[in-house]
Amino acid sequence: MMDFLQRLGATTLGVTERIGRGHLFLLYVLGGFPSLLPRFGLVIKQIYASGVLSLLIIAVSGLFVGMVLALQGYNTLVDFGATESLGVVVALSLVRELGPVMGALLFAGRAGSALTAEIGLMKATEQLSAMEMMAVNPLHRVVAPRLLGGIIAMPLLAAIFSAVGIVGGYLVAVGLLGVDEGAFWSQMQAKVDLFDDVASGVIKSVVFGFVVTWIALFEGYDAVPTSEGVSRATTRTVVHASLAVLGLNFILTALMFGDD
Amino acid sequence: MMQSRSVQIWVGLFVIAGMAALLMLSIKVSNIRAFSNEQGYELNANFENIGGLKVRSPVTMAGVVVGRVSHIGFDSEIYEAVVTLNIDPRYDNLPEDTSASIFTSGLLGEQYIGLEAGGAENYLHDGDRIQLTQSAIVLEKLIGQFLVSQADE
Repeated sequence: MMDFLQRLGATTLGVTERIGRGHLFLLYVLGGFPSLLPRFGLVIKQIYASGVLSLLIIAVSGLFVGMVLALQGYNTLVDFGATESLGVVVALSLVRELGPVMGALLFAGRAGSALTAEIGLMKATEQLSAMEMMAVNPLHRVVAPRLLGGIIAMPLLAAIFSAVGIVGGYLVAVGLLGVDEGAFWSQMQAKVDLFDDVASGVIKSVVFGFVVTWIALFEGYDAVPTSEGVSRATTRTVVHASLAVLGLNFILTALMFGDD
Repeated sequence: MMQSRSVQIWVGLFVIAGMAALLMLSIKVSNIRAFSNEQGYELNANFENIGGLKVRSPVTMAGVVVGRVSHIGFDSEIYEAVVTLNIDPRYDNLPEDTSASIFTSGLLGEQYIGLEAGGAENYLHDGDRIQLTQSAIVLEKLIGQFLVSQADE
C-alpha cells in the first residue's frame, strides 16, 4: 500500500516537474527571440527544414483529403438534392478543422520528430555543452530559431493544405461527380466568412505550430542523452504533440465557434 | 554560400506559396465583405414577422445581392420588427414604392429579403422607410391553415 502511494506520488511529482521544466525552457527560449532579429538567416534555414521540406506530404495529403471529402459529402448530399452545397462542406471542413489539425499532425510527424532527434543527438554528442563552453547560449542559438521557424511555417502549411484540398474537392466534385461549377464556388463564397472561418483557421494553425514545435524541442532538449533516450523522446514527441493538437483543437473550436 | 542562397530561394517560394494559398482562401473561397456599414445607405422596413432572418442576411433584387441586413430591432409600440437594410451605393435609384418581402431560398434554406421595384418617380434615400412589406412565411402557420381547411371539407 505504501509502495503504491509512493509510486503515485513520485509519478505525480515527476510529471509536474517536467511540465515546470518545459515552461522554464520556453521562457528561456522566448528570451532569445529579440537576438534573432539581426540574424534572421538562422530562422530562414529552419523554415526551410520544417516548412519547405514538409511541403510535399502536406500538399499530397491535402489533395487526397479534399477529394475524399467531396466523394463522401456527395453521397450524403445527393439524397437531399443539395449537391450544390458540396463546395461549402469541403471548404468549411478544410478551412476550419482539417487544414489546421491534419496539417499539425503531419507537421508533428514530419518536422517535430526530426527536431527532437536533431536536438537530442546534439545533446547526446555534447554539442550543446560545447556551445556553452564557448559562451554561446544553445537555447538562443539553436532552439529559438527552430521555434520561430515552426511558428512561421505552420500557418503557411495549413493554408496550403486547405487550398490544395479545396482544389482536390473541386476536381472530384466538378470533374467526376458533375456538380455545377458555378454553384460549387458561389455557394462556398456565400457561406465561408473571411474572419469567422479563414482567420480562425489561421489562428488555430499558429497555436498548433507553436505547441508542436515547443513539445518537439523540449523533448529533444530533455532527452536522456543515449541513442535509446533519443528514440524514446522522438516517439513521445509525436504522441504528445498529436494529443496536444487534438485537445487544443477542441478548446479552440469551443471558444471560436461555440457561441453561434 | 550557394547552398544558403538556394535555401533562401526555397523559403521565399514557400512563403509565397503559403501567402497565395491564404489569398485564395480569402478571395476565392470566402466572402470578402463587399459592403461595410460605412459605405452604402440605409433603409428601414417594418415586418410583422421576420422568421429566421439574421443580421448580414442578403438583400436581393431580381436575385442579385444589392445589400445586407445591418440591424434588426423590435418596435415595442406597434409590436413589429424593424429591419435596417444596408444597400450598396451603386443602387441608389430604387423607386419610393419598392416593396420588401422575406423569402426562403429553397425549402429549408436561409432567409433573405427580396426587393421589388415599383413605378414611382422619386427614389428612396438614406434613412427612408419601405412602406410595402410582406412577412416571412412561417411553415407551421401554413401547415395549420392547411389542416384547418382540410377539416372544413
